[in-house]
This record gives sequence, C-alpha cells and structure tokens, in this order.
Amino acid sequence: MSTAMSLEWPTDDFSRIPFGAYLDEDIYVEEQERIFRGPTWSYLALEAEIPNTGDFITTYVGDTPVLVNRQRDGQVSAFVNRCMHRGSMLKRECRGNATMHTCLYHQWSYDLKGQLRAVPFAKGHMGRGGLPPDFDIKSVKLTSMRVESYRGVLFGTFSDDTEPLVDYLGDNVRAELDRVFNRPLSLLGYQRQRILGNWKLYNDNVRDPNHGALLHMFHATFGLYRPTQRGGVKMDDRHRHNISYSMMGTSDDDADAEAFAGTQKVFDKGFRLEDPSMLQYDKEYPDDVSLTILSIFPNMVMQQITNSLCTRQIQTRGPGELELYWTYFGYTDDDEKMTQHRLNQANLVGPGGLISMEDGEAVEMVHRAVKREQDEHGIVEIGGKGEIADHDYLVTEIPIRGFWSYYYELMGIDGEQAA
Amino acid sequence: MGAGSERDAVVALMIDYVHLIDEDRLEDWVELFTDDCTYKILSRENVDAGYPLELLSCHNKGMLRDRVVSLREANLYNLHTDKHVLGMVRTHQEGDGVWTAQANFSLYQSTLDGETDLFAVGTYRDRVVFDNGQPLFSEKIVVNDTFAVARMLSTPI
Repeated sequence: MSTAMSLEWPTDDFSRIPFGAYLDEDIYVEEQERIFRGPTWSYLALEAEIPNTGDFITTYVGDTPVLVNRQRDGQVSAFVNRCMHRGSMLKRECRGNATMHTCLYHQWSYDLKGQLRAVPFAKGHMGRGGLPPDFDIKSVKLTSMRVESYRGVLFGTFSDDTEPLVDYLGDNVRAELDRVFNRPLSLLGYQRQRILGNWKLYNDNVRDPNHGALLHMFHATFGLYRPTQRGGVKMDDRHRHNISYSMMGTSDDDADAEAFAGTQKVFDKGFRLEDPSMLQYDKEYPDDVSLTILSIFPNMVMQQITNSLCTRQIQTRGPGELELYWTYFGYTDDDEKMTQHRLNQANLVGPGGLISMEDGEAVEMVHRAVKREQDEHGIVEIGGKGEIADHDYLVTEIPIRGFWSYYYELMGIDGEQAA
Repeated sequence: MGAGSERDAVVALMIDYVHLIDEDRLEDWVELFTDDCTYKILSRENVDAGYPLELLSCHNKGMLRDRVVSLREANLYNLHTDKHVLGMVRTHQEGDGVWTAQANFSLYQSTLDGETDLFAVGTYRDRVVFDNGQPLFSEKIVVNDTFAVARMLSTPI
C-alpha cells in the first residue's frame, strides 16, 4: 500500500488536496522512488550548455545528484553523480569540461560514457594489496539515466518503463517547445532561488493562472497579465503538463476594475513606470501570445514573459525546501539591442523579479500555515470540478487538478477507496 | 576639495547607502545616484562563468525609482528588517572628482518574529563622481556570493 494512503483523499475529482501531502517525510521518500526515479522524464539541462565533447554540468533529479556530459560521439549521457567505489560525489563543480571523471577520494577514473577505466594501484604494491584478481574493471559503470533530447532540451529517466519522450510530452507541449526552441540558443546566465516549501506547492503555483494577477499586482497594474485577457490553458492527454498562455493588450479594463472592486488590493492607482522599456514586447513568434508558462511534470517550467525566456528547474531538498534553478537564454542571432532587452526584462522574473518574487513568499506562507493541519484539505475548485480539459479562459486552477490526477496514479492513490 | 576629504566623502557615501536601506528610507537612497547611473546585483556564479545575466539591474535613476515604487505599491514580499555590515573600503582616484571604491558587506535579514538569517555576503564595486562637490554613485555593482537567494530578493542589497 502506498504511504500516501495514510492520508485522507476525500474526493476522486482531485479538488481536495490533503496538506499532509506537502509535509510528510515518508511521502517525500516515496515520491523520490515513484516519481523522480519512476516512469517520468525529468528536465536535466539545455544542450546549449554543453556544446562540446567533455562539457559537463551537475544538477539534481529530485534530490539525486546527477552528472550530465557530452560524449565523444556527440551523444549526451547522464549518471548519478556518485563514484561506484565508496560513494563519494564524483564531480563537485557546477559546470566545466573534462576528458575523464576522476573521483577525488581514491582517484577511480571513468570515461564520458560512465565506464570505469582506471583504479590506482589496482595490482597493489610488490604483489601485495590492490584489487583481487577476479575484480573486473569493465563491469563497473556509473549508474546511468536514459537521456533524450527534444529541440535541444535534455530530459532523463531512471526507469526502463518510461514511454518515449515525444509521447510523454504530447502534441501541445511539443508544439510549445517547437515554438520557443526554434533556433540555436545563446545562454545569458543563471539564477537560483531557495524556497522553504514543498516542491509540489510550486508545481501547483505554475498551474494556477488564477493567481497571476491577484498575487502579482505588478502584472495587473501594468497590464502584462490580467484575468480578462484572451488566453487559456492547454494540457497533454493525461493532464500532467500544462501550458498557460495569454495575450497582452486584450484585457477588458471595465471588467477588471469591477472584479478587483472590494478587494484590499489597489488595481489602478494610476502610477506609471518612469522607464517603461521593460514592459515592451517585441513580438517574435507568429502568434500573439505574450506570456507562456509551460510546466512539464515533474520538475520543469519554461517561461516566455514577453521577451524574457528561461527554464526553471525544480530541485527538491526534502519535504520542506526546494531550489529553483533558472536558466535564461536568447538566440544566437539576437543583436546587441535584443540581448540588452532580454536582460532588462529579466528584471521581471527570478528571485528579484518584479512580477515573480511573490511566488517564493506564497509557497512559504502555505508551508508554514499548514504544519499542524495535515488532515485538512486545500480547495481546488476555481474553474469548476468537472472534466479536466483545455479551456480558453484564465480564471482557472483546473491544471492543478491535472497535476494531482497524475500524482495519484504514480503514487498508487485510489481516490474512491481512500474516501 | 582635497583628495583626502574627497576620499572621506566617498566612504561616507558608501556608509549612507547601507544605512538608508537599513532604515527603509529607499526614496532617499535613490538620491545617492546620478541620473544616468547603473545599478546591478550580480550572481557570482554568472560573473565567474562570464554570463551577463543580472539578479537585478537598473540603467538609470528612473528605474531605481520604479523599483522603489513597485516595492511600496505593487509587490508583496517577506516583511523584514535589513542590517548591513560594511567592511573596510578600498578607494582609488581615477581622475578629477572620479573615484572607484570597493568594500565587502554582509546583510542580515530579520523577520517579523525576530528571527535573523544571513541573507547575502558579497562585494560592492562602486564608481563615484562629484557633482558640485556632492558625491554620487554613477555605478554600483553588487557581486553577490550568496547567489542561491533565500526566498526572494525584494529590498536592495
């Protein structure tokens, strides 16, 4: 029986989430096995980060340290970042280039395919010590992940049962990746944000278009995103991934003013930015979508917020902490002006982002408040609790229910039985 | 103004900078900059790897004011008090009334419940110009060693 079954999952339409799911240590451990080492594809990195033979990055899948490198044949491989000998972390650097990976502890050396190549003093000294004669160096390989790339976005899986990446992503997500990863990338840099909250609270957050203009008042105030804009959500067939999208300049000011009336937040105090350059969208795709939040189960977000493009990787650090790892990019054919514009618009997002800084606070506020409410439940009914399906409006949190429907499946939770 | 007293004024400007943030006088803090100032908070990770991305960047005083207005009116963030500890200042006179200055800092944040965390450690790399005898930052680059930002970056570092 699943550990998660100790909690009460009162409905089978995924409209009630027990807070214990965000807090329980045993559930967290089971998630590492069933989700991060289960039949899912986790985002690893962008191919543009490791263009040359021997280029490597280190990252995390869930809380497992992972080493990703480019082999001599151009293929990318990924391994648990752990020496097979005594378990020491093999690579400590975040990124670099290497011809071999040599463990610092006892200098066991592995090639770029993860094959053990050399053990110092394998035959001992003067015929004494060293490895026994029956020890076969060729039999020792780093624990590897299966790696697939779609449009230069690298994913890895630990499970032999995981479906091919193209099927896992589905038509809608592939179309979104086709749209943004349409030509060679130019990396702009990284940001990191440590949030004291559960990793699923952040997955909920990015599948919740309803909060965009309520929590992030900068959005609403300056019209980058408003609930009355044209937009909606698109999911894969199993509703585990989601694309929230909207179009600037399509909002209904009267309807917005009416909707915000009576709240304590001020919708429009008439303040203007002295330098509005960061609000400018230089249209760069064939459609009119100016804001896209793509979330791919279990650990990836990609954003297009006007011209600010990045991936966000969710790394778990226990049930009560996550790190967001933001990788910003443009395209190699960007001119200097466009690069500066993208850097300028990076002010909108990230840990110091004018429209995203609140997400860290929201996740932490939930995590703190529900500590002794493990058997209580959060409500997920904005947009209704009927069928989980794509729709073309933004006052919705239906994709959160999609996330949990797949979570139930992977964790072995039977909603009706649990009720 | 002699070089000695100009140097004193540069150091005093850097001291004012941290105290105005700690006293939440951000509107006055903006006035320490020139109109065409550059203010950047950089992650040491990006500096070391040669990437241009900032954690926060303002390319003129208007953008600094926009940040302050946004914090006051639009943003919701973890309410806290800041306390900077400024290290010894190294200065260099570049030219007539133009100085560069560098100092390390640590920045502690305390919550409404009185819990304190070390929020950031890093280095200020400043360029100071004198305008009618008044020192102003034409450039303030904050290189943040604590680039895994805890919670969020709301108030300036």
